[in-house]
Amino acid sequence: MAKLYSECPSKKDALLNPKEATIDFLLNYSKALSVIKCNDLKFEVLQN
Amino acid sequence: MKHKDISDAVLVNRYINGDEQSLSILIYRHKQKIYSFIYSKVFDKDITEDIFQDAFIKVIKNLKLGKYNEEGKFLPWVMRISHNLVIDHFRKSNRMPKFDNSGDFNIFTVLGDPAMNAEKRLIKEQVDCDLRRLIEELPEDQKDVLIMRMYKEMSFKEISQQTDVSINTALGRMRYALINLRKIIEEKNIVLSN
Repeated sequence: MAKLYSECPSKKDALLNPKEATIDFLLNYSKALSVIKCNDLKFEVLQN
Repeated sequence: MKHKDISDAVLVNRYINGDEQSLSILIYRHKQKIYSFIYSKVFDKDITEDIFQDAFIKVIKNLKLGKYNEEGKFLPWVMRISHNLVIDHFRKSNRMPKFDNSGDFNIFTVLGDPAMNAEKRLIKEQVDCDLRRLIEELPEDQKDVLIMRMYKEMSFKEISQQTDVSINTALGRMRYALINLRKIIEEKNIVLSN
């Protein structure tokens, strides 16, 4: 009977990661976002 | 102290207090689990990337706005946000189905432009004209039945009433009309195709 070979799972897992660009975007977004508190209100401000 | 030793709760607190590096550690620590979780639901890398990004945008906003209650469950919280975004994605795609043309299957092999080009239109006109002339060669009774059936789209019942014959006779005349047409076409070596 023919042997069955399955794909190496570790290889597949390694591919399941977000792109570096996505992570960079999130980190930059986080740095750019600030919250200003004014009395009971909170305002989100995105700085370039 | 190595990053590995710092708990999520501590990193979240540090981030809330302005330490951006803590967010980076949190993202790198959990990115694979969250990404794989989303991918296991949507099976599309681009969509997974979008949902992953949207999930963390929500995480960042909630943390900065102080909406997150730390209970030592950062990962389950992000998973829950991701899960909700996956559901939103499926709701949207059900409402507005998108055709993915990136695989082997190409929709244009099934869908064509139904309008004929000028050449095909000319050929069709020529074939229609030839066929009309051939029909003219048929005996009168057969010709009438064929015209009523094929051009006027009448039923055999209507034809039989119109020509004062039984339905079987009308059917028989139609049959002979077709046999005779084929005979003429074969005899005269006429090509009727476009």
